[in-house]
Amino acid sequence: MLTLELCVAGVMLISLIIYMLTGGADFGGGVWDLFATGPRAKAQRSLITEAIAPIWEANHVWLIVIIVLLFVAFPVAFAAISTALHIPLTLMLIGIVLRGSAFIFRTYDDQSDTTHRRWSRVFAIGSVITPVMLGITLGAVASGTIHVDIESGQVDTDFISAWLAPFPFAIGLFTLTLCALLAAVYLTLETDDTALREDFRRRALIAAVSVGAMAGLSFILSAEGAPTIRRGLGNAPWSLPFQILTGAVALWAIWTLWNRQFRLARILVPIQVTLIVLGWGLAQYPSLVTPDLTFSNTAAPDTVLRPVLIVLGVGGVLLVPAFWYLYAVFKGSSRKTGAAAVQIDASRKD
Amino acid sequence: MTDLLAARAQMAMSLAFHIIFAAVGIAMPLLMVIAEGFWLKTREEVYLTLAKQWAKGTAIMFAVGAVSGTVLSFELGLLWPNFMAYAGPIIGMPFSLEGFAFFLEAIFLGLYLYGWDRIPKYAHWFAGMMVVLGGTFSGIFVVTANAWMNTPTGFSIVDGKVTNVDPIAAMLNPSSFSQALHMTIAAFLAVGFAVAGIHAYFLRRDPDNLFHRRAFAIALSVGAVFALLQPISGDISAKRVAKYQPIKLAAMEAQWETERGAPLRIGGIPDEDAEETRYALEIPKALSFLAHFDFDAEIMGLKEVPREDRPPVAIVHFAFQIMVACGMVLITVGIIGGWLAWKHKSLPTQHWYLRCVTFCTPLGFIAIEAGWTVTEVGRQPWVIYNIMRTADAVTPMPNLVVPFVSFTILYIFLSIIVVVLLRRHIFQSPRLYDAN
Repeated sequence: MLTLELCVAGVMLISLIIYMLTGGADFGGGVWDLFATGPRAKAQRSLITEAIAPIWEANHVWLIVIIVLLFVAFPVAFAAISTALHIPLTLMLIGIVLRGSAFIFRTYDDQSDTTHRRWSRVFAIGSVITPVMLGITLGAVASGTIHVDIESGQVDTDFISAWLAPFPFAIGLFTLTLCALLAAVYLTLETDDTALREDFRRRALIAAVSVGAMAGLSFILSAEGAPTIRRGLGNAPWSLPFQILTGAVALWAIWTLWNRQFRLARILVPIQVTLIVLGWGLAQYPSLVTPDLTFSNTAAPDTVLRPVLIVLGVGGVLLVPAFWYLYAVFKGSSRKTGAAAVQIDASRKD
Repeated sequence: MTDLLAARAQMAMSLAFHIIFAAVGIAMPLLMVIAEGFWLKTREEVYLTLAKQWAKGTAIMFAVGAVSGTVLSFELGLLWPNFMAYAGPIIGMPFSLEGFAFFLEAIFLGLYLYGWDRIPKYAHWFAGMMVVLGGTFSGIFVVTANAWMNTPTGFSIVDGKVTNVDPIAAMLNPSSFSQALHMTIAAFLAVGFAVAGIHAYFLRRDPDNLFHRRAFAIALSVGAVFALLQPISGDISAKRVAKYQPIKLAAMEAQWETERGAPLRIGGIPDEDAEETRYALEIPKALSFLAHFDFDAEIMGLKEVPREDRPPVAIVHFAFQIMVACGMVLITVGIIGGWLAWKHKSLPTQHWYLRCVTFCTPLGFIAIEAGWTVTEVGRQPWVIYNIMRTADAVTPMPNLVVPFVSFTILYIFLSIIVVVLLRRHIFQSPRLYDAN
């Protein structure tokens, strides 16, 4: 039955998917900043900067939406996660702070090569830490090692073993490769320069293969590391067709990248990522923090959830058009390509 | 350092850091929108340059504000999981609304900063106004959640469990209106005077610089208008505190004995062991009058509650004095500016007055920090007033001194960079108009 808490959980899952597709790609941009190589390294960095500058702050807010909904609707789960996973979450926050501030500092600091490179490095490292730690957190939540006494809310944890394990780290790296893949695919369509586009096509292909490898590794490790998820992914009636669909989309995406059908790739890769996150959500349902906390046994009372859902509905009416407009202006087909977007950036190239 | 103290220190440091950037993120967009509005009306290039220069400074401040705000939303759980498990649903409404307001602010700020050549002029101006609204409401909602911690309403406790949660009633708790009003005005007031102070500094050296004249006029007007409003909101706040948090008021005024016709204390050193306040200048019966509009009203003293239920009196008292002193100076400078402008029918650029305004640059922010110290330290030892102690809310996580030190170093580093960048940005701007 569709209860109020499941509606909120659904909004959280959708927000997480959008966060991966938008904010995740911004982190992926940082990954490619770190791996900018060859004669066009500088051009690669500029392209990444131009692509994410107007939108990254808005993309980032999806994470805030998720965290707020978590503590409003599932307060005991929020408390348990923040207690047991204090360390990876703190590292993620440091990543978020470094990434965001280094990005803006790079734009406004003096434009000498040394300064620029220094901020690029900080920006890139922050962009790598954040999705890895986010993935570790999600992996640990799924692993079934965080035990909570639902009556008292007491978390049985040593603060380390739940996340310092192979499975959460595999999910961390899996998340990182997904971000890198999204960014590389988006970037193929951000430039008219064929050579630059080829750079990101190559990167997208490498990332796509890495995603496949990390998906396989995560699946293997889940047998030991996250038995609940493994059961969901392996045994449920929907799991086999769902896995085949995800795999087929992934292979098709690689095929389009190989054949330089970039527009199609930009549609397929987000679908692939959506299916992966969705598959994880379905495999874990009805658990929120496996094994003890479910959506229903941690839900806030309906008197809280109902107004929250109303706010989400009304807020969505304002938010969706605004978010769409932002993307239409900066990512729409009519946008001018080239450096006019970022005046600061233009001054640097001089 | 105990884990509880480390957690409190980390939270206090994170808030003290974030609040500066949050206030700038709320109020700078108003200055930008006013400048751009003048440009749309007069087509004078100087206003467009001004809006763009202010926008660049705002971009830096907003980015750091956004990431430090993210840190805070996680720290609620990382440091105070028991508080959040208890209070999360009750104060969820303002936090959810804040999420949307902040989302709109971030979206429209992206359009504003990078959309100068991409969207129609009036759409751009509209985007700026949405940033002002988004930022202002974002601040209001966050303060509302804090107000609930001071005056918790909208739920009942049966057998130690929270029931009958009414999130709307919780949001509309007795402190919401007064606190949100006081903080919002404070943000515009502090930023108005800070910006006016910076441009006053340049006007002293280059009095005919059109860029700085226009900037000074806009910023000082905003600062002065909000300075005049602040005593009204301060009075509302004081009366609310007197009614709903009498012990906080007693700490603010270092009032130990319960008495009728209590005096207002200026200065003074509270002695928490001897339970008395020395060397204060006392204005007879003024506190009773200010708190209850009655010279003989009874004011509750700190001795009414056992020692372990009292906040650290000296900190609260000093912080309150600092806030009021800074506020008084800003109001006076604002009034003098208005009077000079009215008398001479021109921008008040008298050398001595510019010097005064330059002196005022940091005062609004000092007042904001002091005011938050009053609110937060004055509520101790409670995290939810009279319901949950701060000590019971803290995480069981050991070694909390490590994250505290890490974030402190990180924020000190960020502060230095921001100051260096803003300094360079500010010192670059006047050259644009040296020719005039």
